[in-house]
Amino acid sequence: MTSRFARFGNDLHTGERSIDFVGMRRYWLIIASLMMIVAVIIPIVKGGFNFGIEFRGGSQFQVSGVIDAEQSIATAAVESVVPDMVARVSIVGSEGVRVQTDQLTDDETKNVATALAVGYGVDESEVTHSFIGPTWGADVSRQAIQGLAVFLTLALLLMAFYFRTWKMSLAAILSLVHDLIITAGVYALTGFEVTPAALIGFLTILAFSLYDTVVVFDKIKENTAEEATLNRRTFAETVNLGVNQTLVRSINTGVVAVLPVGTILFVGAFVLGADTLRDISLALLIGIILGTYSTIFVGAPLYAWFRQGEPEIRKHDAVTLATRTAVSQG
Amino acid sequence: MAARPTPVKKAWRSLTWLLIIIAGLAAINAGGALWANGTWVPKLALDLEGGTQIILAPQLESGQTVTTDQLNQAVAIIRQRIDASGVSEAEINTQGQNVVVAIPGQEVDEETRNRVESSAKLEFRAVITSDSAAVSSMGETPSPSPSPTSEATDSPEGTPSPSSSASPEATPTPTPSNASDPAWVTPELQKEFDDFDCADLDSANANIAPADKPLITCEINGTLTDALPDYKYILGPVEVSGERIADATNGLVANSQGISTNQWGVNIVFDAEGAKEFGEVTTRLYGLTGPQHQFAIVLDGKVISAPTTNAIITDGKPQITGNFTQESSKTLADQLKFGALPIGFVVQSSETISATLGTSQLQSGLIAGILGLILVMVYTLFQYRALGFVTIASLVAAGVITYLVITVLSWREGYRLSLAGVAGLIVAIGFTADSFIIYFERVRDELRDGRLLVSAVEAGWKRALRTVYAAKGTNLLAAVVLYVVAVGNVRGFALTLGITTVIDVLIVVMFTHPMLQLLARTRFFGDGHPLSGLDPMAHGAVYRGAGEFRVRGDIKGKSAATSVREAARRQTIAERKAAEAAELTQSKGKKS
Repeated sequence: MTSRFARFGNDLHTGERSIDFVGMRRYWLIIASLMMIVAVIIPIVKGGFNFGIEFRGGSQFQVSGVIDAEQSIATAAVESVVPDMVARVSIVGSEGVRVQTDQLTDDETKNVATALAVGYGVDESEVTHSFIGPTWGADVSRQAIQGLAVFLTLALLLMAFYFRTWKMSLAAILSLVHDLIITAGVYALTGFEVTPAALIGFLTILAFSLYDTVVVFDKIKENTAEEATLNRRTFAETVNLGVNQTLVRSINTGVVAVLPVGTILFVGAFVLGADTLRDISLALLIGIILGTYSTIFVGAPLYAWFRQGEPEIRKHDAVTLATRTAVSQG
Repeated sequence: MAARPTPVKKAWRSLTWLLIIIAGLAAINAGGALWANGTWVPKLALDLEGGTQIILAPQLESGQTVTTDQLNQAVAIIRQRIDASGVSEAEINTQGQNVVVAIPGQEVDEETRNRVESSAKLEFRAVITSDSAAVSSMGETPSPSPSPTSEATDSPEGTPSPSSSASPEATPTPTPSNASDPAWVTPELQKEFDDFDCADLDSANANIAPADKPLITCEINGTLTDALPDYKYILGPVEVSGERIADATNGLVANSQGISTNQWGVNIVFDAEGAKEFGEVTTRLYGLTGPQHQFAIVLDGKVISAPTTNAIITDGKPQITGNFTQESSKTLADQLKFGALPIGFVVQSSETISATLGTSQLQSGLIAGILGLILVMVYTLFQYRALGFVTIASLVAAGVITYLVITVLSWREGYRLSLAGVAGLIVAIGFTADSFIIYFERVRDELRDGRLLVSAVEAGWKRALRTVYAAKGTNLLAAVVLYVVAVGNVRGFALTLGITTVIDVLIVVMFTHPMLQLLARTRFFGDGHPLSGLDPMAHGAVYRGAGEFRVRGDIKGKSAATSVREAARRQTIAERKAAEAAELTQSKGKKS
C-alpha cells in the first residue's frame, strides 16, 4: 500500500498521472457557489442556529457520577423548586446529566442543586451549577466577528505581500470564506449547538484553511514562475501540476490533522462527555476537511480563473497550445 | 559518499543549542519549583480544577465607557473584599470591560459570593425631600454631641404604583443653585416621587442613575431592624463619590472629653479631594433645616444611611453616629471601605465546577491527546517508515518544550491551562506534524529528481523552510489576532496555538532538519533501505551505477522542439522529466 501510494505520489510529481482539478474549474466553482448559497439559505429557512445557553442566558446544572441517568428525575427536581420551569435535560457521556433552565435566583439555584443531588443519589459536590447572563455570548461573538475582520484584512495583505500578487491572496481568502460559510451551514442544518467552544473551533478553521492554502499556493507560485518563459504548459495546467504535486502532502496533512481532532470529538462526545472538547473538535473536524478540499477545488481553480484573462497569460497559453499542435503534427 | 563536514557540524551545533534551550527551561522550572512558588506542573484553570468563576460586567448608561483606571481600581477593591473574607488564591482579572473573579478549589460560601457580587457603587448625595425624619447624625470626631436625633416617625407611603425609572429626565426650569436646592424638584419629579413604591426599588435602576441628576430612592430598613420603616427620598446630584473614602472603621464613639461612650459609630477618612468636597457640602448643609439638613450615603442606588449634619467638617474625618449596634456599624464601615467601586457591576455569569467534573474533563483531554498522538504516530510510521521515527522524536521534543514553556508561563505569568487550551495543544499535534510532512515530501521530490539523499535533504530543506515559514506565519497571525481581540477561553486557546506554532518552527529548524542531515549519512537511510522511507527506487529514480542515481528522462537528449533559450534556462529536473515522458509516449504512439 505504501509503495503504491508512493508511486501515486511519483506519478503526480512527474505529471505522468494528473487529476484535472483546474481544467474543470467551472464545475468546481459552480459547486462551491451552490454549496455556499445553500449554506446561507439553510439558517434562514430553519430560523437560525441552535444557540447554546451562553448565548441565550440561563442557569445550567451538571451532575456527574450518576448511576441511573433518568431524565425525569431532573425534571422533577427542577419542578420541586420552581413549579412552572421547563428544564432542558440531556445525558452527557455515560454518567453525566445536564440540566438547563431559565435564569434562576441564587436561592433557587442552590435548592435545585440540592434536589438534583438527592434525586440522583450523588453527593452535592458532584453537582456543578452555572448561570450565564444573556449578554455574555453576544460579547464573545462580537469579539469573534471583530477578530475575523481584523484577521482577514491582515492575512489578505500579508499574503499579497508574500506571493507578490493580490490575486493569489484573494483566491486564498475566498476559499477560506467558503469554508467558514459552509461550516456555519452545517451547524444550521444539523442543529449542532453553537457554543463559545464551537466558536473557538470555528476561528481555528481560519488558521488551518489558510495554512493549507499557503502550502499549496507556494508550490504553484514556484511552478508558474519557472514555467512563465517556457511554452510547455498552459497557465492552468501549471497551476494544476502544482496542486497534483502537493496532493500527497495535502492528503497526509489532512489525515494527520483530522486524527487528533477526531479523537477529541470521539472522547469528548461519546466517552466522557466533555462539552468544550466536543464543540471545539466538531467545528474543527468539519473545517479541516473543508479546508483541505477547498484549497484544491476552490482556491487553485479560482486563482487560475482570476489570471486567465491577463494578456500575458493569454499570449503564453496561445503560444503553448500552438507549439503543442505543431509538435503532435510534426 | 564523502561526508561534507559543514552540514554535520551545523547539525550537531543545532542539536546542542536545542538541548541547551531545553536544559535552560528545565532549570528555570526547577529553580521556580525549589526556591520560589513555582511548580513542575502547570496550574489548571477552573474548568479542569474545579472552583467558582464569576464574571462581573459594568453597568453603563448608553454611550458611557469604562476606563482602564476604573477597571483596575475595581479589581483592587474586589480583591480586598475577597481577601477580607479569608479566601486565598482567588484570581481577579479584567477581560475587556469585564472583571473576572476566579476562585479555584472548593465552592465558595454565600458570604464571599455576596461580597463579590454586590456591585457597591457608593455616593454621597444631599437630601432635598424625604417623607420621614433622620435616624442618625453626622458630627466631627470627637463629636460634640453624639446625640441620636429624633426617632423616626411613621411615614405615609405614597400610592404604591410601580415606577419605571428612578432617574427623571426632566430638567428643572429655574436652574438649581446647589445640590440641595428644591428647584431640582420639578412637578414631574414630585409626581414620580409621590408614586414611587420602595418595593420596586430593585427594578428602578437607581444604581445606574446619572451622577449629575437628582435621584428618587429609598432607605430600606425592613430587613435590618423591624422597628424602623422605609424612607423615601429625593436626593440631589452626587457631591462626593465613594472612591474618595480612604478608610472607614467602626468603633465606640468618644464624647467631647475623649471618654468612650457606649455608642457605636462609623469613622470615615476622606482623601484630600474628598475632604475638600465634603467640607463644602457640610458647610452648606449645616445652615439648612428640615430634610435638607440631611445627607444620604447611597450604595448601589439605595440609601444605607442618611445622617443629619451636626457640624461643618473640613478635616475629612466625619463620624456617623446613630442607632448602631456593633454589628451594624461594622457592616456600614465595610460597605464604605470596600464598597467604593468606581462603577457599578452586575453579575454576568457565575459558574461553579465541581472538582470531580474538572478532573474528569482533564482526563478526557489527556486521553484524547494520547490517543490522537498514537494515531498520528501510527500513520506517519505507515507513510514514512523509519522516517516516521524522526517525526515521533520531533513531536516528543516539541511536547517537552511546550510543557516546560507552559509551566514557566503558569508560574511567571499566572497562565492557567483550560480545557480549551488542552484542545489547542491536541490540535497542535496535527499542525506540528504537518511541518515534517512538508519537509519530507520536498526531500522525496528531490529524490525523485535523482538527487542523492544527502543533497536531497539540503535542497528539499531550502524549499520546505520557505513554505513552513509562510504557512506558520499565517497560523501565528491568527493566534495573535485572536489573542488580542478575544477574551476568556478563546484567549487561552489562541495562546496555546501561538506558543505551539513558534515551538513547531523551532523544532523543525533545530531538531528535525539536523536529525535528517545526520541520518542521511547513515548506511540505512543513505543507501535507501526499503524501510527507511527514503528509498530512491520507490520514488522513481534510476540507479546508474557507481553510487549515483539518474533520472529516466536524463538518459536521452532533448528533441528538436527544445530551443537554445530554453536549454540555457535552468529548468527543474522534474519538469524536464515530465516533458521527456510526454515525448516518449508520443513517439511510442507514432511507432505503433
